[in-house]
Amino acid sequence: MSETSGPGYRVERVESEDGLAVLRFAGELRFRQCFDSWQGVRELTRPTAPRMQFDLSGVDHLDGAATALLLELRNELANEGAEAEIVGAVGPVQAMLELYGAHAPRPSHKSPPPSVGILDQIGRETLEMFRESNALDFVGDVVVAGVQAVRRPAAVNWADIPRVMERAGADGLPIVIVINFLVGVVTAFQAAIQLEQFGASIFVADLVGLSVTRELAPLMTAIIVAGRSGAAFSAELGTMRVSEEIDALRTLGLDPYHFLVFPRVIALVLVLPLLTILADVVGIAGGLLVAMLGLDLTANAYLVQTQQAVHPWDVFSGVAKTAFFGLNIALIACQRGLATRGGAEGVGRATTSAVVTSLFAIVLVDAVFTVLFHAFEK
Amino acid sequence: MPSRSEPAIIEARELTIGYGETAILAGLDFEVPAGEVFAILGTSGSGKSTLLRNLIGLDRPLAGRILVDGAEPAQGLGAPRFGVLFQSGALFGSMTLAQNVALPLRKWTGLDADAIDTIVRSKLRLVGLEGFENHLPAEISGGMKKRAGIARALALDPPLLFLDEPSAGLDPVSSVELDALILTLNRSLGMTTVIVTHELASIFTIASDCIMVDRGAGTIIARGNPAELREASPDPRVRAFFNRQPA
Repeated sequence: MSETSGPGYRVERVESEDGLAVLRFAGELRFRQCFDSWQGVRELTRPTAPRMQFDLSGVDHLDGAATALLLELRNELANEGAEAEIVGAVGPVQAMLELYGAHAPRPSHKSPPPSVGILDQIGRETLEMFRESNALDFVGDVVVAGVQAVRRPAAVNWADIPRVMERAGADGLPIVIVINFLVGVVTAFQAAIQLEQFGASIFVADLVGLSVTRELAPLMTAIIVAGRSGAAFSAELGTMRVSEEIDALRTLGLDPYHFLVFPRVIALVLVLPLLTILADVVGIAGGLLVAMLGLDLTANAYLVQTQQAVHPWDVFSGVAKTAFFGLNIALIACQRGLATRGGAEGVGRATTSAVVTSLFAIVLVDAVFTVLFHAFEK
Repeated sequence: MPSRSEPAIIEARELTIGYGETAILAGLDFEVPAGEVFAILGTSGSGKSTLLRNLIGLDRPLAGRILVDGAEPAQGLGAPRFGVLFQSGALFGSMTLAQNVALPLRKWTGLDADAIDTIVRSKLRLVGLEGFENHLPAEISGGMKKRAGIARALALDPPLLFLDEPSAGLDPVSSVELDALILTLNRSLGMTTVIVTHELASIFTIASDCIMVDRGAGTIIARGNPAELREASPDPRVRAFFNRQPA
């Protein structure tokens, strides 16, 4: 006779001459207590006898996981050719065995995914991303809906444009003003440190004026709008998608592109240049503050210098490209929103993807316009 | 109660439906006579909601043909020819109930604002939501959302109404009230109603005819009156479903 024990339970193996080995369990078989010592129970089944019994007559309590372990052990012995059975269970212990043993084990409907290498994984994820985003479908749908809208302008939900403009523009004013003012301040400070050494402090106005109007204000404003409105559009449309509101729109005969996408696109194309003009002003004001407080320049001298350095073309080139930033942000956000799958997690994924892709698109479009304007200026 | 001698308002012929290129149900052949309350039944995951999406034109069948009122049910080709209630109600959250119901009227009729307001109020009164015109969907209960969804689906007085799990998530009283509303619409207006559900109480109360789909079989496994199927179907899966027994 051999035995093993764990917290709250004990198992002994009793051999008979007729080839029967009985494992007598006693005490309380609780998963948390017996898990660590279960290997000892498994070893007690070795060597496997032609007939094996698990005698549970001394067991006072059996929980679900411990039942699963017991049944698994019995099945394992049966698969090895032994005649294995559980005996002696009464009351709740028997009920637990019947509950867990009522269903014969079935093979999985789907085999587990094969392990793949890193390169393979990257390739699969990339393909999946393209497949899920349906970007080409979206572009095609936008073009078709755009042609329909030109032929029948009443189809577009014009009434929604002021509301979207207010949310994307007016509601975003405080953050646009603060960020661009600070960008002007920081740029002026950095320039002042260098230019002061050469007695050329007045040129801070040139540097701030040109960098703000041509690059910093358009980019910073677009980034803010992508973070605020791009994320909002994507989350809003994504939520509408998962709650069947987009489907409902279709069944009411309303085209989601006309009703939801175009108002957002038009609103951002109009709002972003307006915000950028304001951003230009506050950025230059930030530079002016530094010049007055840190460089002892007068406001008049700074503004005259800015006027001489910054030409209308500089302002125009900065503002004009933001219309394309707005177009990109709105289209990407709407596309990601409409392509949302799944529940809350899908909305989160779509929103993240919309913001990241928008930021990438903004920088890309900015680079293209910089090259184009450079060629044009020549 | 309309009989099967009525002309069919929906015809499905040799239909195969599924996700992507994966077929779930195939060889579906059925028709829905005008004026009936017709139920599409099946256990969870059996493909009945996918069938509904095909019937209302949100998904395209992989093979076969669907005719709704003599035409394919593609969306985006003009004014809707039928109303749809989605499982969650699918009301537009930024609009009041009145604005939700008014939306199809504003889009598809040339009526002035006063006339639209009158119709909206009458539709909300019909579904027992008079006085809630200016509530947002977030301010009303699940049962009220479904009723508001029905009011919106009825805005253009369609001859055909599709309902996806209308009783799901409702308390018993709301569920019974909704069943009564569906029967009233059917009997008073002669509106054909196609309902996707697995709520047995609703099925026996309102449906005069049904099909039952089964994903294991991959097709329709029963067709007929629900009460008769419960008593006399030779298929054990059908009897198990109607008698609430594990298959």
